[in-house]
Amino acid sequence: MGDHTQPVPATSRRLPLRMWLLQSRAYLALIVLFIAFSLLTPAFLTTGNLVILTKQVAINAILGIGMTFVILSGGIDLSVGSVVGLCGMVAGWLLTEGLILPPFGVSIFFAVPIVMLLTLVAGIAVGALNGWLVTRLGVAPFIATLGTLYIARGAALLISDGATFANLVGQDDLGNTGFPALGADTFLALPYPIWVMALFAVAAAFVARKTPFGRQVYAIGGNEKAAELSGVRVNRVKLVTYMISGLCAAMVGLIIASQLVAAHPATGETFELNAIAVVVLGGASLMGGRGTIGGTIIGAFVIGVLVNGMVLLGVSEFWQIVIKGAVIVLAVVVDQWQQRMQQKSLVRMQA
Amino acid sequence: MTHAENIANDKNGTALPRRTGSSNGSDKTEPVLRTEGIVKRYPGTTALDGVDFNVYPGCVNVLIGENGAGKSTLTRILAGIESPTSGQLLLRDQSIAPASPREGRALGIGVIHQELTLFPNLSVSENLFTGRELVSGVGTVQHGKQKEVARTLMARLEQDISPDTLVEDLRIGQQQLVEIARALAEDVSILIMDEPTSALSRAETEILLRIVGELTAQGVAIVYISHKLDECLRIGDRFTVLRDGRLVAEAPAQDVSLAWIVENMSGRSEGALFRKEARTIGEPVLRVENLSLPRPHGGGYLIKNVSFTVRAGEAVGIYGLMGAGRTELLECLLGMHPDARGSVFLGDRSLAGLRIDERLQAGLALIPEDRQRLGVLRNMSVAKNISLAALSRFTRGPALSGRRENREVWRMIETLGIRVSSARQSIATLSGGNQQKAVVAKSLLTQPRVLMMDEPTRGIDVAAKSDIFHIVDDLAAQGMGILFVSSELKEVIALADRALVMARGRLTAALEGEDITEQHLADASVIAPSTEHPNEQVA
Ligand SMILES: Nc1ncnc2c1ncn2[C@@H]1O[C@H](COP(=O)(O)OP(=O)(O)OP(=O)(O)O)[C@@H](O)[C@H]1O
Ligand SMILES: [Mg+2]
Repeated sequence: MGDHTQPVPATSRRLPLRMWLLQSRAYLALIVLFIAFSLLTPAFLTTGNLVILTKQVAINAILGIGMTFVILSGGIDLSVGSVVGLCGMVAGWLLTEGLILPPFGVSIFFAVPIVMLLTLVAGIAVGALNGWLVTRLGVAPFIATLGTLYIARGAALLISDGATFANLVGQDDLGNTGFPALGADTFLALPYPIWVMALFAVAAAFVARKTPFGRQVYAIGGNEKAAELSGVRVNRVKLVTYMISGLCAAMVGLIIASQLVAAHPATGETFELNAIAVVVLGGASLMGGRGTIGGTIIGAFVIGVLVNGMVLLGVSEFWQIVIKGAVIVLAVVVDQWQQRMQQKSLVRMQA
Repeated sequence: MTHAENIANDKNGTALPRRTGSSNGSDKTEPVLRTEGIVKRYPGTTALDGVDFNVYPGCVNVLIGENGAGKSTLTRILAGIESPTSGQLLLRDQSIAPASPREGRALGIGVIHQELTLFPNLSVSENLFTGRELVSGVGTVQHGKQKEVARTLMARLEQDISPDTLVEDLRIGQQQLVEIARALAEDVSILIMDEPTSALSRAETEILLRIVGELTAQGVAIVYISHKLDECLRIGDRFTVLRDGRLVAEAPAQDVSLAWIVENMSGRSEGALFRKEARTIGEPVLRVENLSLPRPHGGGYLIKNVSFTVRAGEAVGIYGLMGAGRTELLECLLGMHPDARGSVFLGDRSLAGLRIDERLQAGLALIPEDRQRLGVLRNMSVAKNISLAALSRFTRGPALSGRRENREVWRMIETLGIRVSSARQSIATLSGGNQQKAVVAKSLLTQPRVLMMDEPTRGIDVAAKSDIFHIVDDLAAQGMGILFVSSELKEVIALADRALVMARGRLTAALEGEDITEQHLADASVIAPSTEHPNEQVA
């Protein structure tokens, strides 16, 4: 048995240079942008600017991490921007008005960590709603999450009747002070949002690469039927991906509300598009089954550096939008190109 | 005993003896299509290494070789789907370099691919004309005309399939026939068939072989790739053997025998035929009682009142014609059809109401028939495909233990002889037969109590087939229950301790030991159910 099967000796394990350049293009683009902006404007390469930049990157990166799981499994989550807004409002409401228990006519105020926890739970709940619509009711992910995009935004507006919860500093006598720290304070000279991003990224990369769940997410994105016949609990795994996305969106909602020390119901509009953009920039396929957390983080940095640099250079805001769009399209075009080179034969093998 | 002619250095193939006594095209010894020194390299593999292949007009040019020998790769180069790393193609002594399948077609080269390439969401007639729709003067598609042509083609293939049927509603064998019809709809002078019969029933195979005869009579050159050697011997006019990407032998039919083929393919002489070992049969592990599955539309039943048991250490084969309900039966056992009725017990445990994953967990496993749709995950590596169903075995705490996973994966790669350059290679880069072996490996790793296999040796070469037989035999000897579906009589006879025959959704025979003969199996597979059970209504 097996004597006709010596592994074919590898003629060359190394990739041709061209392939290598293509594969690491996101890193290269980042490095090129970095060097270019450093040369073009002295304000770019300063500690202060880099910290600001990374704080901005953290928002897209965290959203992108959740979105990566959903996209890997072959879905999409359009609701994240609204969830950011809704969860900011939930936090603001819990801090300023507390949880009102109608029968007793009293409201309960929670300490900041509990408020945060409840807010994250709210985000996970919206994710669970998405997952439930997609898996149990069989609604296409695009439609289901488009629906929750509106529902969550509407709910955010309803919470305060459209008003802003301002000055979320809490009150000493209620024991709920300290909320702004998340957005403003630092640990080891780095602001908390950067730590949160790092934590989420490491955890997500571990889950995606090293756990059965992560493997199953890729499997579902690659061939849902085959995954099911291999014992993957397709519905449950999909549900969890949406819950992860909800969790990430809630985290961003907290960070933004904390940075602004206020919660506004319109916060996070169009954030879902940024999140999708960074995932795609990171090399993921919207068809599912291909992409990495690392790629998404790089994608977030590419967008972040680009925007930051253009601001420093005084590029008009309108041009910034155009350029951002062009970069996204370019990234996908190059990605297609790479896929074609790499899989020319593969795709054709079944063609 | 015949001798192989090693013609690796013979550029034109003119030294070949002329074939005499053939009824068709024997007077044309000049190849219509030749390749010269074709080399194709992939990262990590040389798929073709200096191949000089000759295709003769009006002949069935059989191309054989083990899984991964390079047959499909050569096919893709001939059809213009891929370009060779070096070497050239000569069509009627003119150098050609088709850069796309479209250009290949324009040169009169058509292909029926190993893996189906139909659009499941389109109708049969739309599939037949994708890319070259019949267009009216104003640029609209002439659906009526297309359907007419489709109807004629289906009639030629003796299929009762309406041109409006969606391809996804067809059985895989029928899909294969549509694929064949698509090639027939084109005007080709060279037609390449890459394992066209791997999904076909006997009757369907006969139809195909008849059509091959018609085409060669018209002077069309057929390149025929198949692992069913008896089929090749029956229709082949010229034989070419590839091994490890090299052309090792070429000979006309009269010099070719089964022994010649096997010897040239694997470089080892024909091994001892697989022999079933006497096994100790234990307690029933799978019990099926009165299983029925209503047809999704139109009433009637796909499976009607099927009852049987599989005991530990026993291999039970289910024979039947395509469409007899065998695949559906296995699918029901796995829980893929929620509206199935009847009871299924695994050991003492009833599987009623359990989901697919719970049934797998309980100890069932299925190697599906349609490997592209239900078996392989094309976005993942060979290793990840193989380990997917058994991840819980490789999990330590929250994380996967890469080392254990790797060890088990390599054990499977070695026992099944999967030809890889690395376990991290994408599964999509494996040859068709090796993908099938990977799917088999995936199921074996779960160490099921009952292993269900639906046409498990589809597309697998002879040597590997007997390897898989041996593995199945070993597993049964260790007490696993095996339930397999096969359309090949020989496979059922070789492997099954007991054979069940299905026809139109019913069990029509249960044979044991010496009673498992080709005659009995074939007879039972065509019994009309209404005569068997006059009281029951079947649609
Ligand atoms: N795109 C690719 N990348 C890497 N290796 C490839 C690629 N395509 C084919 N190969 C390798 O080339 C070799 C020949 O494959 P090919 O599909 O031609 O085999 P085959 O003779 O058709 O086998 P089978 O009988 O199993 O269909 C195999 O080892 C396969 O793994
Ligand atoms: Mg092949």
